[in-house]
Amino acid sequence: MSAHDHAEGHLPHEPEKATLDARNKILGFWLFLGAEVVLFGTLFAAFLALRHSVGDGPTAGELFQLPMVFGATMILLTSSLTSVFAVQAMHHHNKKSMVTWLIVTILLGLAFLGLEIYEFVEYVHEGHKFTTSAFSSSFYTLVGFHGAHVAFGVVWIALVIGQVFKKGLTVVTAPKVYISAMYWHFIDVVWVFIFTVVYLMGKVAG
Amino acid sequence: MAAAHAHGHKVKRYSGLMDWLTTVDHKKIGILYFIAGFFFFLIGGLEAIIIRIQLLKPMNDVVAGDTFNELITMHGTTMIFLAAMPLLFALMNAVIPLQIGARDVAFPFLNSLGFWTFFFGGVLLNLSWFAGAVPDAGWTSYVPLAGSIYSSGHGVDYYVLGLQIAGIGTLLGGINFMATIINMRAPGLTFMRLPMFTWAIFITSALIVFAFPALTVGLVALMFDRLFNANFFDVANGGNGVLWEHIFWVFGHPEVYILILPAFGIISEVVSTFSRKRLFGYSSMVFATVLIAFLGFMVWAHHMFTTGLGPVANGLFSIATMLIAVPTGVKIFNWLFTLWGGSIRFTTANLFAIGFIPTFVMGGVTGVMLASAPADYQYHDTYFVVAHFHYVIVGGLILGIFAGLHYWWPKMFGRILNETLGKITFWTFFIGFHLTFFVQHFLGLLGMPRRVYTYLGGQGYDDMNFISTIGAILMGIGTIVFLINIFVTWAKPRNASNDPWEDGRSLEWTIPSPPPEYNFKQTPLVRGYDAWWKEKMEGKTAMTPAEPVGSIHMPSPSILPFIMSVGLFIAGFGFMYDQLIVAGVGLAITLGCMVVRSLVDDHGFHIEPEEQDKGVQA
Ligand code: HEM
Ligand SMILES: [Cu+2]
Repeated sequence: MSAHDHAEGHLPHEPEKATLDARNKILGFWLFLGAEVVLFGTLFAAFLALRHSVGDGPTAGELFQLPMVFGATMILLTSSLTSVFAVQAMHHHNKKSMVTWLIVTILLGLAFLGLEIYEFVEYVHEGHKFTTSAFSSSFYTLVGFHGAHVAFGVVWIALVIGQVFKKGLTVVTAPKVYISAMYWHFIDVVWVFIFTVVYLMGKVAG
Repeated sequence: MAAAHAHGHKVKRYSGLMDWLTTVDHKKIGILYFIAGFFFFLIGGLEAIIIRIQLLKPMNDVVAGDTFNELITMHGTTMIFLAAMPLLFALMNAVIPLQIGARDVAFPFLNSLGFWTFFFGGVLLNLSWFAGAVPDAGWTSYVPLAGSIYSSGHGVDYYVLGLQIAGIGTLLGGINFMATIINMRAPGLTFMRLPMFTWAIFITSALIVFAFPALTVGLVALMFDRLFNANFFDVANGGNGVLWEHIFWVFGHPEVYILILPAFGIISEVVSTFSRKRLFGYSSMVFATVLIAFLGFMVWAHHMFTTGLGPVANGLFSIATMLIAVPTGVKIFNWLFTLWGGSIRFTTANLFAIGFIPTFVMGGVTGVMLASAPADYQYHDTYFVVAHFHYVIVGGLILGIFAGLHYWWPKMFGRILNETLGKITFWTFFIGFHLTFFVQHFLGLLGMPRRVYTYLGGQGYDDMNFISTIGAILMGIGTIVFLINIFVTWAKPRNASNDPWEDGRSLEWTIPSPPPEYNFKQTPLVRGYDAWWKEKMEGKTAMTPAEPVGSIHMPSPSILPFIMSVGLFIAGFGFMYDQLIVAGVGLAITLGCMVVRSLVDDHGFHIEPEEQDKGVQA
């Protein structure tokens, strides 16, 4: 039962599910994601209720630049793919390739964050501040919550990489890789909704 | 397992205060929840008594109007979030792992973190009394009243931040107990063999997981409005006040079922044990619980009938609300049929359970009355609503908690509570309760609005308010008797047997009271519903073990949860008083602890068979 029954070298095929502790963590994390769905669902609901209340500020149609947001979307979607590659490498017990894919994932996450910060700064210059209107408050809260999740994910995955370096790929570190990948996919799915509901609907149905 | 103990990690074991601050043992955490929850229950009770004394007679001036507003706000908030929920968490922690034959919960560390965040959130909220800025916009904190224009002081900030921090703890608890019940059941303990209390907690946890995040968002939005000039609820800038009502009640109605479902579970256990009968209609009980939880998410707008959502919305929510009465009725009849023909023992626990049944029925009936939208235009914001929710919460949940505490006390502490004092508690509390709240139905029907700090004489309110206050004092006396009982029992020797009621039916009654640190020396094999009763009926004196005696792995204690919660507590103050640096430091402490937790592996430690025989007591 204890974590070190499996030394590195004879890992099971799915090292992330080898111990009860790990299975608990994965299940618990699914439940946590369930809670996150409600969290973002409520944020979306608030945004949808307030998105036309622009007051004197700019409207969604005036603000959003779809090409850039589309680029950010592609970056984040790709990072989801690279985290899948990392988990696959883990299943093949290929530590080096796993770590490489994780690093690529982080870099893509950072690129996304960079674009988002640039975007927010740009909006503020155009008079779309946090306090401008109900639309702006709910926009920054929703998109900002997502951005904070991405930032948290970047730090988290970096810590996981550090641990894999220190302790190797074991039945203790494997679930960490796996769970951080689950989290990363979740953030990605949320972004797909943000892209649709906030940006596309803002431009097209605005 | 045996091979693993060669690694025999030595872990520092703490004693005294440090033991309680660092414990990850669900039994100790249960006791902590009980102490903290009961403490807040006393504070909330004191506030209630002051409210009732102010309303004792017309034009009374014991407290001023603004103090009165603070009292009702803090009373409601404290009772729901800091007393009722933690007392339920106390029983969950004390009982659930034992009922499913597990050695602990799925996430012992998070369990401790959940307790400490709740505790510090509660402390933060109550420090408002000393800061002289007390929340006063009602436990529902409707905007614009709770917005920065009408509540310009820091009062509502205490509400927002205190609840936010305490809410984290609750959410963690919900996730933890769901995972525990899904993954940690003993061999043979299938879902349809789970004790009813475990089922109730399973569904309650699901409700917590899906309802609390809505509150989180609502509180964040209100906090942003108040502290950072956001415009979520600021109508002048395009915000929407009704949005707050929706968010609050999308959380709030499931919340009332989070409160009552565990009580349903407790009553099922107590009634079945003390009638010496299998719970009548077990599968219909399970089904009813699931259905109530499901419907509980679709009725929130019954709190908003008078907001003006229109006849279609009101009609739909009205019907959905009335539907809940059906599965609730199923439960009531099942309890009655369980009692029917049983050899009933009127222990204190069972008195509370039997008192619960008619009392809760009355609360349900007024609920259905309120569910009729046109009628609600008459009842809304009157004492009729106050009577309704006190019948379901005090007459339901609190009677249920008292039943559970008397029933499981020997399992938690190794001593049976004094039955004579217990019966005095029951009768004073029960009679006091009905005196207090029965008349409030009629006060409401006569038109007395809720949340008013006084009233003019001669409107027919005077006598009933007087009676109501007398009842409240009687309830206070009942609570004090319970407190005395705790101390009296404390002084007695710890001599409760494994199965002190002799009629125990589920696994918690197969192990010592209180159980050893690891609960079960050998994981039991479950062969049916009412696992222990079944074995007893076949003449066995113990469960069949599902594993040989061996070394038992335990998680190590940790101070991190405590420090993390302190960090959030500091951050809360930082945000409130616009000291963003302080807030940053607080958050950094919390995040830093998370990093430490992630980097440093917890190997835990082992308890060897020899030590097990010495009996390591919790
Ligand atoms: C048959 C089941 C129930 C029905 C049909 C029902 C219906 C209602 C309705 C329609 C209201 C709104 C009244 C108004 O504000 O005008 C209400 C209020 C309330 N109910 Fe119930 N209820 C039921 C059970 C419960 C239970 C089990 C609890 C808690 C354990 C509960 C707690 C509350 C609370 C706290 C309020 C007042 C909230 C506030 O405005 O401060 N109810 N109920
Ligand atoms: Cu409700």
